Amino acid sequence: MGDFATVADFLQMGKHGLYVWLSYGIGLFLLVYNVVSAYWLKRQFFINAKRRLRREQGSV
Amino acid sequence: MKIKMPRWFYQLASPKWFYDFTGKLLPWFSLVALLLLTVGMVWGLVFAPADYQQGNSFRIIYIHVPSSILAQSCYMLMAVAGAIGLIWKMKIAHMVAQACAPIGASIAVMSLATGAIWGKPTWGAWWVWDARLTAMLVLLFLYIGVIALNSAFENKASADKASAVLSLVGLVNIPIIKYSVEWWNTLHQPATFTVTEKPAMPPEMWIPLLIMVLGFYCFFAVVLMSRARIEVLEREKRSDWVKKVIENY
Amino acid sequence: MSFFFAALKRDLLLVFRHRNDIINPLAFFLMVAVLFPLGVSPEPSFLSDVASGVIWVAALLACLLSVDGIFRTDYDDGSLEQMLVSSESLYALVLAKVFSHWLISGFCLALISPLVAMMFFLPEQGYFALVMSLLLGTPTLSLMGAIGAALTVALRKGGVLISLLVLPLYIPVLIFGAGTVQAGAMGLSIQGYLALLGAILVFSLMFAPFAIVAALKISVRS
Repeated sequence: MGDFATVADFLQMGKHGLYVWLSYGIGLFLLVYNVVSAYWLKRQFFINAKRRLRREQGSV
Repeated sequence: MKIKMPRWFYQLASPKWFYDFTGKLLPWFSLVALLLLTVGMVWGLVFAPADYQQGNSFRIIYIHVPSSILAQSCYMLMAVAGAIGLIWKMKIAHMVAQACAPIGASIAVMSLATGAIWGKPTWGAWWVWDARLTAMLVLLFLYIGVIALNSAFENKASADKASAVLSLVGLVNIPIIKYSVEWWNTLHQPATFTVTEKPAMPPEMWIPLLIMVLGFYCFFAVVLMSRARIEVLEREKRSDWVKKVIENY
Repeated sequence: MSFFFAALKRDLLLVFRHRNDIINPLAFFLMVAVLFPLGVSPEPSFLSDVASGVIWVAALLACLLSVDGIFRTDYDDGSLEQMLVSSESLYALVLAKVFSHWLISGFCLALISPLVAMMFFLPEQGYFALVMSLLLGTPTLSLMGAIGAALTVALRKGGVLISLLVLPLYIPVLIFGAGTVQAGAMGLSIQGYLALLGAILVFSLMFAPFAIVAALKISVRS
């Protein structure tokens, strides 16, 4: 597969494994974090909005 | 100062139109972003050749460079959106600008972290006062400043305008800051390491990089649109069309 | 033009009435400079190495600390709003306020900097570079700081925020200012550096007042 002889080699990355996987890990984490936080904000908005709407309509 | 703009420009100003339009775009951009990022990362990790000098740590370039490019582009967009909001008094422009800031800050962190991690096997230290890393650090400070200023104002309209002014001031200063940091770096660089520009990369190396850059841009579009849409809903929550959206959720 | 001098005269008069306040940036400057030998090392060789940077950082911090006061007192008693609504030139007003601030901060710092340079064993050839770089650099610091002050004058907890907003803008001035002193101390020509500092100053003089006025209008209306 590509440049690497075995899966073990792939994970090792020729002694640079820590650095490569740490970087990709941070990259992936921040990408996912952005997506998740956007989604979470949207959910929070709708939860609060529905609650408010129910309150306003209920008080009519 | 009123400059005559084409019709679609003013159409953009309608928050409802923006919401509907981005709603249609989101699924496509999400798909493309996911595809590009997956292909790019797998290619970069597995199939791209290792660098002659740096070995496999070179693969970090596929995260570091796209995030650096995006961090800078995002700031420019934020400042331009702020300017549009100030000049044409479009609320939607300010909403977009506000959505840019946290995204840009996290991407700047990504660039700094991956840059520093890349520095360890390459230059032997976890942090190096390299010109590009230092300039990116200053960019992060600019982002944090905009976010902090935005949240310090109680009045949304004032917060928008103040952040717009600040991001414009920052934008004007970025070339000066970059130049001064690069110049400073040439004075203070220890003799041991030379910052070599990558020699011309073979296509097996730069194609995945291009894919990743495009993927990052699509990703940015997705997250920006999502956040801007929430901002639209939040600010227009008194209007009927938003009430309908809430009911239909 | 007469408005500029009228505003300047008013500000200087106010400063003169609170003469003790003038000491604050100067005292801070001296104290920060003193902290370094105490916290690190009083070795002449070490101090003369770091003199250019440390003195400049101390000056920068002293300016930063005093910048909040440019508009605050006028904002608090409502006279800022009056000035903004009046038909007088805001550009001139802002320039007058920044200039008066510089006179009691950067300008004075530049004048007493040889004292600090002596404590840091700065080579004699560096003294001129130090004073000149401070004279050319601190007005820019006042201008940039005024942008931050204008943006935060209406906020309750604006103080710390100013530092966050303004420090990235200070970095080029610091780099070139300290570079000037370093070059001077080594006996190299400082003309290029002074030209750079001058260029940054001119650039700031042209554009900062617009940002300051815009920020003031936003703050006062909020």
